[in-house]
Amino acid sequence: MFPDSLNLSIRGPVNDFIQALVSGYGWVFKAISAVILKAVLFIEWILRGLPWWVVILIFMALAWQSSKRWTLTVAVGILLFFVGVLGLWDLTMQTLALMLMATIVSVVIGVPMGILVAKSRVMRNITLPVLDVMQTMPSFVYLIPALMLFGLGKVPAILATIIYAVPPLIRLTDLGIRQVDHEVVEAATAFGGSPNQILFGVELPLATPTIMAGLNQTIMMALSMVVVASMIGARGLGEQVLNGIQTLDVGKGLEAGIGIVILAIVLDRITQGFGKSQTEDPRNG
Amino acid sequence: MADIEIRNVYKIFGQDSKAALAMAKEGLNKSEILARSGCSVGLNNVSLTIGAGKIFVIMGLSGSGKSTLVRHINRLIEPTSGEVMFDGSNILTLDAKALRTFRMHRVSMVFQSFALMPHRTVLQNVVYGQRVRGLPKAEARDIGMKWIETVGLAGYDAKFPHQLSGGMKQRVGLARALAADTDVILMDEAFSALDPLIRADMQDQLLQLQQNLSKTIVFITHDLDEALRIGSEIAILKDGQVVQVGTPDDILERPANDYVARFVHRRQGRPEAHE
Repeated sequence: MFPDSLNLSIRGPVNDFIQALVSGYGWVFKAISAVILKAVLFIEWILRGLPWWVVILIFMALAWQSSKRWTLTVAVGILLFFVGVLGLWDLTMQTLALMLMATIVSVVIGVPMGILVAKSRVMRNITLPVLDVMQTMPSFVYLIPALMLFGLGKVPAILATIIYAVPPLIRLTDLGIRQVDHEVVEAATAFGGSPNQILFGVELPLATPTIMAGLNQTIMMALSMVVVASMIGARGLGEQVLNGIQTLDVGKGLEAGIGIVILAIVLDRITQGFGKSQTEDPRNG
Repeated sequence: MADIEIRNVYKIFGQDSKAALAMAKEGLNKSEILARSGCSVGLNNVSLTIGAGKIFVIMGLSGSGKSTLVRHINRLIEPTSGEVMFDGSNILTLDAKALRTFRMHRVSMVFQSFALMPHRTVLQNVVYGQRVRGLPKAEARDIGMKWIETVGLAGYDAKFPHQLSGGMKQRVGLARALAADTDVILMDEAFSALDPLIRADMQDQLLQLQQNLSKTIVFITHDLDEALRIGSEIAILKDGQVVQVGTPDDILERPANDYVARFVHRRQGRPEAHE
């Protein structure tokens, strides 16, 4: 047995800290919450406001744009149509809105962070362990404080999703930039390119395939949070899965599960395509 | 026209560069310094004067510091000690902005493995220097097309680098340096990655361009034949030190020491003394 006299608990201070945050700075979190909620409701309003066939056409256009393969384009159309047939259209759009919001915020945070991490050794040494924690910490541990600070509903769900989903984007942006051929960067420097010209004109374009792979991972991880998110009151497909399980309605759970899988496949193939189409492999010598 | 003068340049790679620099100045050699301080000496008291309008060749085997030395001329590498004078002013005192202007207008560079930007077309690569300066697209295009034609790549302007052969890629590299319209072009083993026939072609082309344009070209190579063929003056580098500087005739007829003599002998196909 480990001696009790050596026990040191951080429980009390952490609880006090959260308590103080809630009572003292609640308004800050309310304001943040309101902004995020507005944004996600706006996305949802667009997605649910558009006729279903327009949404399907948009996705098919994106699939074509990313892959130039008509098989994929048609498959995307059929899969999304199938979601509608299952009666999950509205829920799918709610989930999609949540995902889009989480992904947008992830990109806004993740890509600049990745650039900083690639450029600065200090940043890398600080950030990488934090990312490890973010990816391994059980999500309920931060879901509960998020609930206390932001209230029930979409906002804590989005924040929890971001915490879980942003690390691969940061890592792969960092990797992508560090993998850019050193001599090409040297050449840009030698011709008088400024740090900004080199970053936006050389490093980011050449890192794009890797960054897109990171975005793809982020979206996939965000989708895997859908059910957890629904536990704190985010509506959508996850809620349906939860409902199905709670009422032992296996069929209902499966339907919603299929909906999530279809959304995952569609988003995965489209983002993968965008990653590949940028790649210009040096094929002949 | 630009004279380049490199004065007592030392470059030490490693943690404890101060101690190693002191050792180098005392005259210890590369391996002693590495053993004592853990630092490797890139350049050891190099002084060279590179006259304007000529092809100056810096020759040495790998590890001799030749690529390090050439990167001092446009300050891609900062010396540990010493001065690099360009037209009489020390470029080491330039701040970041002035350094960029200097690189844009005075010195351009051609790289061993081409270093073309794979996501840009041949034309976009060639005009990179001009675009960085802020020249409008249309004007840059005219300049770019002219140089693409000069290096013999007319019709390839819209191709991407991965669609070209090695020799063509290096022509693009050369056109990029020429299009930047600088007095000085640094060529770091520019032809070393090319096969012999194409290499000879490129050497001819460089000599011809030099006759027409009279640029100052600092050419790095590990190949004595190439050095003798294109250089009007040759500096031979070994372990970060200049062993001999002279015209091709000087090198061939009056090698400064055994090291240089061995190069010359091997070239003439004679068996080496100990064989």
